[in-house]
Amino acid sequence: MIRDITIGQYYPAKSLLHRLDPRVKLVSTLLYLISLFLFKSISGYLVATIFLVSIIRLSKVPLSYIVKGLKPIVMLLMITVLFNLFLTREGEVLVHVWIFTVTEGGLRTAVFMAIRLIYLIIGSSLMTFTTTPNELTDGLEELLKPLSKLRVPVHEVAMMMSIALRFIPILLEETDKIMKAQIARGADLESGNMIQRARNMIPILVPLFVSAFRRANDLAMAMEARCYHGGEGRTKMKPLHYRGRDYVTYVVVICYVVAVFVIGRYLPLHVWIF
Amino acid sequence: MDIIKTEHLVYEYEKRDEEGNVIGVSRAIDGVDVDVTPGQFVAVLGHNGSGKSTFAKHLNAILVPTEGTVWVDGKNTRDPGELLPVRQTAGMVFQNPDNQIIGTVVEEDVGFGPENLGVPTEDIWKRVEESLKAVGMLEYRHHSPNKLSGGQKQRVAIAGVVAMEPKCIVLDEPTAMLDPSGRKEVLRTLKKLREKKKVTVILITHYMEEVIDADKIYVMDHGHVVMEGTPREIFSQVDTLKKYRLDVPQVTILADELKKRGLEIPDGILRKEELVEALCRLN
Amino acid sequence: MSIKLDHINYVYSEGTAYEKHALKDVCLEIPHGEFVGIIGHTGSGKSTLIQHLNGLLKASSGALYYNGRNIYEEGYPMKELRTQVGLVFQYPEYQLFEVDVLTDVCFGPKNQGLSPEECKERALEALKLVGLKEKYYQVSPFELSGGQKRRAAIAGVLAMRPKVLVLDEPTAGLDPKGRDDILDQIAYLHKVSDMTVILVSHSMEDIAKYADRIIVMDHGQVKYNDTPRAVFAHYLELEKIGLAAPQVTYIMHDLREHGLAVDPRVTTVKEAADEIMRALEKRK
Repeated sequence: MIRDITIGQYYPAKSLLHRLDPRVKLVSTLLYLISLFLFKSISGYLVATIFLVSIIRLSKVPLSYIVKGLKPIVMLLMITVLFNLFLTREGEVLVHVWIFTVTEGGLRTAVFMAIRLIYLIIGSSLMTFTTTPNELTDGLEELLKPLSKLRVPVHEVAMMMSIALRFIPILLEETDKIMKAQIARGADLESGNMIQRARNMIPILVPLFVSAFRRANDLAMAMEARCYHGGEGRTKMKPLHYRGRDYVTYVVVICYVVAVFVIGRYLPLHVWIF
Repeated sequence: MDIIKTEHLVYEYEKRDEEGNVIGVSRAIDGVDVDVTPGQFVAVLGHNGSGKSTFAKHLNAILVPTEGTVWVDGKNTRDPGELLPVRQTAGMVFQNPDNQIIGTVVEEDVGFGPENLGVPTEDIWKRVEESLKAVGMLEYRHHSPNKLSGGQKQRVAIAGVVAMEPKCIVLDEPTAMLDPSGRKEVLRTLKKLREKKKVTVILITHYMEEVIDADKIYVMDHGHVVMEGTPREIFSQVDTLKKYRLDVPQVTILADELKKRGLEIPDGILRKEELVEALCRLN
Repeated sequence: MSIKLDHINYVYSEGTAYEKHALKDVCLEIPHGEFVGIIGHTGSGKSTLIQHLNGLLKASSGALYYNGRNIYEEGYPMKELRTQVGLVFQYPEYQLFEVDVLTDVCFGPKNQGLSPEECKERALEALKLVGLKEKYYQVSPFELSGGQKRRAAIAGVLAMRPKVLVLDEPTAGLDPKGRDDILDQIAYLHKVSDMTVILVSHSMEDIAKYADRIIVMDHGQVKYNDTPRAVFAHYLELEKIGLAAPQVTYIMHDLREHGLAVDPRVTTVKEAADEIMRALEKRK
């Protein structure tokens, strides 16, 4: 079950998106995320949808795989939707049952929030699907380099990130194993109230932490043994170079942001209450 | 000149109680003298807790001796200025294949060592390709290490060391967590490296079958070297090995058993062909 | 009393790109009190198979009968089953978590809902069975050596007083003495109790030495299910699926080829020595 989580994982394929410079993807993702908050009308959503769909097609990552990645956030999504739906009091009342009231404004915000959240997750997971963690950290390191003049340990942070990404699947698998081992000893992980459930997690969390520390210790030793001594004097196997396609992507993404802003704001489209 | 030489190597560590106060000193290694000449295949045997892993960590300057000296290719591991050269000369492979792979793609992991050494980019690529070829993992260069088998992961780890172009490779129980086919893969790879690259190999293990080709074997117990010699010399002492919690290949046990039953069989049989030949001579 | 697997199929991640048919139409019966060895190449389905025995994994199709009752029928007491079929995973020491060994071993019985006194009694009994010295009972499990940790973890399962003990490579990573100690202890347990023991191992020598019967898994299917002698007689076929016979079996085949009239179906050192002596005597 735990193995089904796909957020943050790399999906190997040969697509234009996979080949782009990670810096482009990082900046573009950031711009895309901002763009989602620049409009309020259906026309804006249309532009964003067209953009997102074309990116998904370009990435060659199967849609089913992307959708599966949304599973873990279903709860979060539900909560957001419900809160917005029932707690926003704005405009005409649409439905009123017992203590629950759904207003026009509530429905609108709920639907738009849900779409935004989903688009947000899909957009950012597309970046991780198409970029190896190493490229990602290289890109981040390169983009944040100016900060190292301010004594921010950019290389170290980037290295930590890439190690974290390498070990997430290993630790997930380990969690799965430990859970099974404790269930085999009769542990009950499903029943009880919140406090009991939290206490029931102890037999899983303790071994998991112990193992994580042991792994961290081993890894640190292995890195030292391979002459790791910080970022100083280090060369790169895959140094980053911008190519034509990267500049083109920057232009396309900026065009999209401008389009979303202009169309969403000045060419509004209204259907019913939306 | 010896590639590895230790002189009266002692390593002590402090035992602490829960508050962190020192409550005693333990000797993990106690007066070990070892010398390895270039190109040799040397095995260090010992049960868990015999001090063999602590010893291995000294060859790569992960640990520094409490007393005595370790020279790696003439460089004293105590000298902070020689730290990187020592580690580059004696590369190290560890037991757990998962906990020593840093990269999320095979080739990036192999490039990690050369990157740290400041090797120019084009040379890194050359080295990565060459070392992956040397361990037979070139076709997996774009794979994620998580999807590989234990034996394959361990071969990637070896490639990561080979890419640093060491004169000597120290392997600390590289097969302990592998299944039989993974174990065979790793041993085959080591054999190939020895033959093709003439690299010195120091193999730390408790599997006897892995060391019958060794030029020299050291057996450790309680931090001491208690036996030293060729595989034949060592394996002829089945009972002594048992005393040190070790074991010999099944063929050696069978030969020993037959000898005890009065058959005339030479000492230190290592391979089944030798036993078959000895028995046919009796026949 | 027995475990019976009836046409068990298991498919991982059904309907996705990672779909894998891990068990294919497995039919097996393990009678009570037997010492069964399971061998197979990594990925052959043996780990998946043993996780079915205590209901941790549910078959995609087929039925599993424990003492004649299908465990997949509605309302089957799964928790009860898990205490009856004790499963010791690979590297079981990774499941230790309590402040001291004794408390950790009490975890299983505690989950069974037993009183603290009874938990302690069972824990002490289990610790004695695995041969862990009394001075370690109050020590943190993380301070034990590898072999001791493993014993403590096995005791944690034994404390539930299972009728069936399933062990997945209980000797992985131990040194030769530690390996022999654990296996001898398990063999002793099997002898003094009426427990069924199911041992998964990569070591043909170990399996040959201890098991009454061997189940060979290959690509999710049961390839052989017979006595060690009969299974290792197929040594050439075993090699094709990434396995082998014990080294002595090969020696005997070689001897036969060289004209010594030995029965090549032996699987242990003692049998081999007896057989060679017999063949040589006959010569004279």
